[in-house]
Order: sequence, then C-alpha cells, then structure tokens
Amino acid sequence: MTKTGFILANLFHKKTRTWLTLLSVVMAFVLFGLLQSLNLVFSASPDFIGATRLVTQSRVSFTQSLPMRMVPEMDAIPGVQRVMYQQWFGAVYRENPQIFAFAVDPERLHEVYPEWVMPEEHWNAFRGTRTGMIAGRLLADQYGWKVGDKIPLQSNIFPQKNGSKDWTFDLVGIYDGKDAQWQQQTAGGMYINHAYFAEATQFGGGNAGIFVLRLEDPDMAESVAMTVDKRYENSADETKTQTEKDFQVGFLKQLGDIGLIVRWILFAVFFTLLLVVGNTMAQSVRERVPQFAVLKTLGFSDNSVLGFVLAETVALCAIGGLLGLSLATLLGAGISKAAGPMMPVAVDGRVWLSGVIAIVVLSLVVGLLPALRARRLKIVDALAGR
Amino acid sequence: MADSLVQIRQLTKHYVRGKQSVEVLHGIDLDIPRGDFVALMGPSGSGKTTLLNLIGGLDTPTAGSVSVDGKRIDQYGGAELARWRAEHVGFVFQFYNLLPVLSAQKNVELPLLLSKMGSAERARRAQVALTLVGLADRAGHKPSELSGGQEQRVAIARALVTDPTLLVCDEPTGDLDRKTADEILGLLQVLNREHGKTIIMVTHDPKAAEYASRTVHLDKGQLVDAAPAH
Repeated sequence: MTKTGFILANLFHKKTRTWLTLLSVVMAFVLFGLLQSLNLVFSASPDFIGATRLVTQSRVSFTQSLPMRMVPEMDAIPGVQRVMYQQWFGAVYRENPQIFAFAVDPERLHEVYPEWVMPEEHWNAFRGTRTGMIAGRLLADQYGWKVGDKIPLQSNIFPQKNGSKDWTFDLVGIYDGKDAQWQQQTAGGMYINHAYFAEATQFGGGNAGIFVLRLEDPDMAESVAMTVDKRYENSADETKTQTEKDFQVGFLKQLGDIGLIVRWILFAVFFTLLLVVGNTMAQSVRERVPQFAVLKTLGFSDNSVLGFVLAETVALCAIGGLLGLSLATLLGAGISKAAGPMMPVAVDGRVWLSGVIAIVVLSLVVGLLPALRARRLKIVDALAGR
Repeated sequence: MADSLVQIRQLTKHYVRGKQSVEVLHGIDLDIPRGDFVALMGPSGSGKTTLLNLIGGLDTPTAGSVSVDGKRIDQYGGAELARWRAEHVGFVFQFYNLLPVLSAQKNVELPLLLSKMGSAERARRAQVALTLVGLADRAGHKPSELSGGQEQRVAIARALVTDPTLLVCDEPTGDLDRKTADEILGLLQVLNREHGKTIIMVTHDPKAAEYASRTVHLDKGQLVDAAPAH
C-alpha cells in the first residue's frame, strides 16, 4: 500500500456519493472550459495578423447603413484589392427568418470571396440576371431548390416600391464551399443582386450595411483599417474597420455583454460546486472522526492528517477538473469545427491554465476547513466519541 | 526498580468538562518492569483508561512525570509524541478500530507508512505479523468480512508490526465472547512470554486479568493495591 493508494481508498469510502460529486465537478469544469474559451474570444483585443479581408461598418452599429459612394473611395485606398458591399435583406422563407440573405454585386462577391465555388456559367447568370439569386448548397438542399426555380421571399425590412414585402427571385446558381468548413456555412446563406434590390426597394437602395475589403497583403491589414477609419473620422458616416472574426464577435456582442453573462454563469456554477464539494468533504470528515483518531494514535502527526484530508479534496477536484477540461477541449474542437473560423471556441493553454488555478483554489477553499477540523481532533476525545 | 520500562511519578490529570474541572488521577506513582504483563482494573470512572492514555502518549498529564524507556514523554510536544508513539507503542482497542476501506493486510501495513521502508518490505512485515496472529490466510479480507475475534487479531498484528517496546491494550476483549476472549488473551500471553513484549491492559474482567503477571487496582484516581503475579 502507498500513501496515494490510501488517499484514494479513503476518497471512495462512500462510492456513490464520491462518484456523484465527481460527476458534478466534471460537469462544472466542462462548462468552465467552454465558457472561459468563449470569454477569451469576446475579451480578445483586435488581432489583424493573417487577415486577408476587413469588414467596414458604421461606427455606431452595423444596423446603420453606409452610403454606396464610399465604394470607389475605398477601392482607391492603397492595399485594398477589391471592395464588396452587402446589404442585409431580412429574408423570410416559409416563416423561416434564419436565412442569411444579402444584396450584393455579383462581380465583387466573386472576387472578394473566392471560397464560394460555382460553375462560371452560374456566375455569369448571376451577373446577367436582374432578379437573380444564388443559394448555398445546404440551404438549397434543405428546401429542394433547383437552378431555374422561382423563389418567393418576404423581406421583414424592405418593401418594394408598390408597398409589398413579397419578392420573387430566379435561382440561377447554387454555390459550394471550397472545403468542408466553408461548405457548412452554405447552410444558411444566399445572395441576391444588389442592382435589382436598389432599383425595386422603397428605401435603402443607395446604402449598404457593410463593406468587405479584400487586401493585397495581409501584413497591411492594420494600416488599411486605420486609413479607412481615419478617412471618415468626423464625417456623418464614421466607420469601424475590423477583421471578419472581430466583426463576428461584435455581431454576437449586440446580444448583450457576453463576457459579463459568462462570468456570472461561471460564478453561479462554482458557487454551487463549492457547496456540493464542501458538503461532501465536511460530511466525509465528520463520519471518519474515529478513523482520524486512530491514525493519530498510530503516530501520524496532526499535519499528516491535515495533509491526507487536503489530498483527498485535491484528488477529487483534480480528477473531476482535468476530466472536465479534457471533455471541454474535445467539445470545443467540435463546436469550433462546426462554427468555422469566425468563432474559434478553442479550449487552449490559457483556458487550461485558468482551469488548473481554479482546481487548486477550489481544493483549498473546500478542503481547508474539514482538514483543519481533522487536524485539531484530540485523540482521547475522538476515541471516546466526544 | 532497576529495569523499569515505565516510571510514573506523582501523576495527576485534570479534565475540564464545560465549566467544571474534574480531577481524574491524583498523584500516582507506578513502575512497570520491562517484559511485564500488567492488568489495570477498577470501577468505571476510576481513571484506568486515562492512565493508559498517558502511558501510551495519547494524552499529556496535568502534573507529574511519565518516563518510558528512560524518556520523559510528558515533556514531548505533539509532533514529537506522535513520532514516539509510532516507534515505541502498539495500541489495541476494545472496538478494534480498523479502517473499513482497507484489507487486513493494508490495515497492518498502515503504521509502516510512517517508516522509510519500501513497499515490498512493508508487505512482508505485515504478512509476518498476520502469520503471528494466525490470520495469514485472511490478509485480503476487509474488516467487514471478518469476525470480531479475527478483527481483534488484525488489530494486534497492526500493533505488533512496528515491533514496539510497549503494547497498550484498552479492554481488548470487552466486545468478544468468552471463548474468543480467551484466544485473544492467550495470544497476548504468548506475545508477552515468548516474544518479551511489555503489555499494559485495561480490563473490567477478572478472568482477563488472570492472564496478566500482575494486577494494579485503581479507585477514584488512586492506586489501591497491587495483586501478586499469577
């Protein structure tokens, strides 16, 4: 028998209770890993490294459109290869509002997003058909759309000049993603021709929600972003230029202060965990008072007994915590793969480090009081059941 | 006494219970020679267990001295006393006090975790101790799988495994039937006579006391007399 074996044997002296507590710790650390990695995404500073595209939006909010006159001005900024503009259409199909439909210039879309793959004749058809639209493969498959179909859509924002919010488009192409990750993003996406939208809509035709700037050189990302924002500083249309990833994060931030929400959830999870593990350890020590007295009788010092109880708590929190973080790592990789590069929910080294710190702090907080109680036991009183 | 293993002088012990101070032992003088088997008898509350606890270093006196093998253990601090107990005393309790999560073998090995012995040596010594008490074949059994007599044998093996100078037994047969009690007492007698262990045993049972070399009577915290050796 070793001291480690002795500690583990004592830890599992009430197997069911220990397993249930362990399960709570595992679940808490799965949540911790995922939420902490999300928190890191939301609290990260802007990172321009490796960005091949930038997104420019109104400085106030992306819901406020920018005028189209900016397009040639941005095209002319050194380092910008091509600018694409897109307007959120607010499409609803068969009461499904989860369709990401944008009014775009087909030519510019093709140049700025080479990740969308479609036969050239379909691109040509999109360029040449005023009422044309293209849809992502997975979206088309979901509704059984085929090239040549007429697709009736409603816009929950833009009425046509005749006042109707019903629009009809000709499906002229179905695009795929260049790889599996991009292919997944074809599930909710479609594009309509901006020229037709601008001509038919009752308002907003001369505007675009965002501009996407394809860069000549990723190393110029930061300087291009600064140049663009500087150019429109103190104008009626101040801009905010950032990477696609930061734009995506900003989009989600519109829902609320995600970081604060995450921190409160984590606080609630750990407070509950503190009570659960603390209660388990306190109960476990209370049940074993005579056993600790025997250990002391045999010659184990007060500090050794304190060490045994603390080691049990550390073992419980460490086994549960490390298992939980491992599970979170696997789940995070799965989520990240599904969500694509815009939402990298990666349980990385930073999350693990904060997880290990949380394990240590949790162990000490919940283990110290029961351990001190075991340390303070007087042998004769404990053996006499006092 | 020239070869006294235990020398007790003017030993006094007070306990504070609530707001009251209770004097349990009053100025006891006692010598226990090396190799002796002493039975401590007396009515409930006479201070037998308190005296035993003081000799075994489980408690510290209010006044007076306790020397074991020439060492004033009443002057030791907590950690020093714990170390001394680990090296010099083996304890046997009325209710065995084995750890339920450990097998008999591991219960016996437990005190050896305090030594620098390797795990193989610890296991070997535990096996020898279990053989000595006649339980080598039950080494893998948990306490719940053993009878009361077997549990007490495991407790005796645990007390012996460090080869202590002194064996301290508090009502070791108090929870056993007559036949099993006789077996346990016979075992203690063998350990005393054949292995030279000094044994101090608290008991209420006059039949148990007959196994000892001599009996010391306590009443109201004072020694009454010392019965001759059997």
